[in-house]
Amino acid sequence: MKLKHLEYQLSSVQPFRNPKILLEQYVTPPHIAACMLHHIQSEHEDISSKIVADLGCGAGCLTIGTATLAASMVYGFEIDVDALSIFQDNIQEFELSNIEAIQCDVKKIPRRFEKMFDTVIMNPPFGTKHNAGIDLEFLKIGVNLASNAVYSLHKSSTRNYVKNMGKIWEKK
Amino acid sequence: MKLLTHNMLTSKCLKGVSVGYPLGINATEVTTSVVDFDPEFISRLIPKLEWHALKQASDIIGEKGYLPEALIADYENNEEFLKKVHHALLEIEVVSGNLVCPETGRSFPINNGIPNMLLNEDEV
Ligand SMILES: C[S@@+](CC[C@H](N)C(=O)[O-])C[C@H]1O[C@@H](n2cnc3c(N)ncnc32)[C@H](O)[C@@H]1O
Repeated sequence: MKLKHLEYQLSSVQPFRNPKILLEQYVTPPHIAACMLHHIQSEHEDISSKIVADLGCGAGCLTIGTATLAASMVYGFEIDVDALSIFQDNIQEFELSNIEAIQCDVKKIPRRFEKMFDTVIMNPPFGTKHNAGIDLEFLKIGVNLASNAVYSLHKSSTRNYVKNMGKIWEKK
Repeated sequence: MKLLTHNMLTSKCLKGVSVGYPLGINATEVTTSVVDFDPEFISRLIPKLEWHALKQASDIIGEKGYLPEALIADYENNEEFLKKVHHALLEIEVVSGNLVCPETGRSFPINNGIPNMLLNEDEV
């Protein structure tokens, strides 16, 4: 699928209705979501025919984009019921049957899911609302859940830090 | 909620629970959908499954006896078998009902196809 076409599709995903600041509910803008997912598929082939998890899926922009790029199955994990209700509406609009959602705290995902996913994607809470470090905690969980690759959006100010952490994990 | 999801979920996070698997299922609404069949994907999933839990869930939610008691040998080359597993795992959907912790009886509601696994602070 062409990048432009993906971006156009994602622009019709409904955002959060009343975003909850404490949960850091900001949507990934369609342009960024499309670029990220298009890159993951065209450069790394980590979406099509893969099983993918989206941590903190919110209204579902990344999940829907991933499902549209022909993932075998995409799992959205989200703590907030209001976000999930918009998520469900969005999925129905797109008529996708390769999506599952689970309402849970990402920090409490059952261990049976470890290494279940080929690819993990996320736009995590940044940890700027009295929850410092949650972005890296999400990333660490992603590494446990994925058997192949983790793609995560971070504030550019934490980029070096993430790079360093990444190196530590690679050594394990 | 697809049966693949049921096969992965546990209630082990609950205080005092040692295994928390498999979760019981009470379904009040079940539907079926059509999902593209990819034999390679199903073959790749099978080693990650607890066969017995899938068989049990499929007997309760789907059709009794639809899946065999035990996983068959050489399943990668048995398209008919893979299609059945595909159907049981991905096409049967519990729209509403509950999942039940086998040790404590704590129930986790399924609404709109989404299981709610959130715990209260005093439960962990
Ligand atoms: C920055 S938003 C990203 C939303 C969506 N993935 C997107 O890209 O548009 C972060 C999401 O994580 C959710 N969230 C925050 N803490 C969480 C937790 N502990 N477990 C699960 N989800 C959480 C929020 O409700 C929110 O939907």
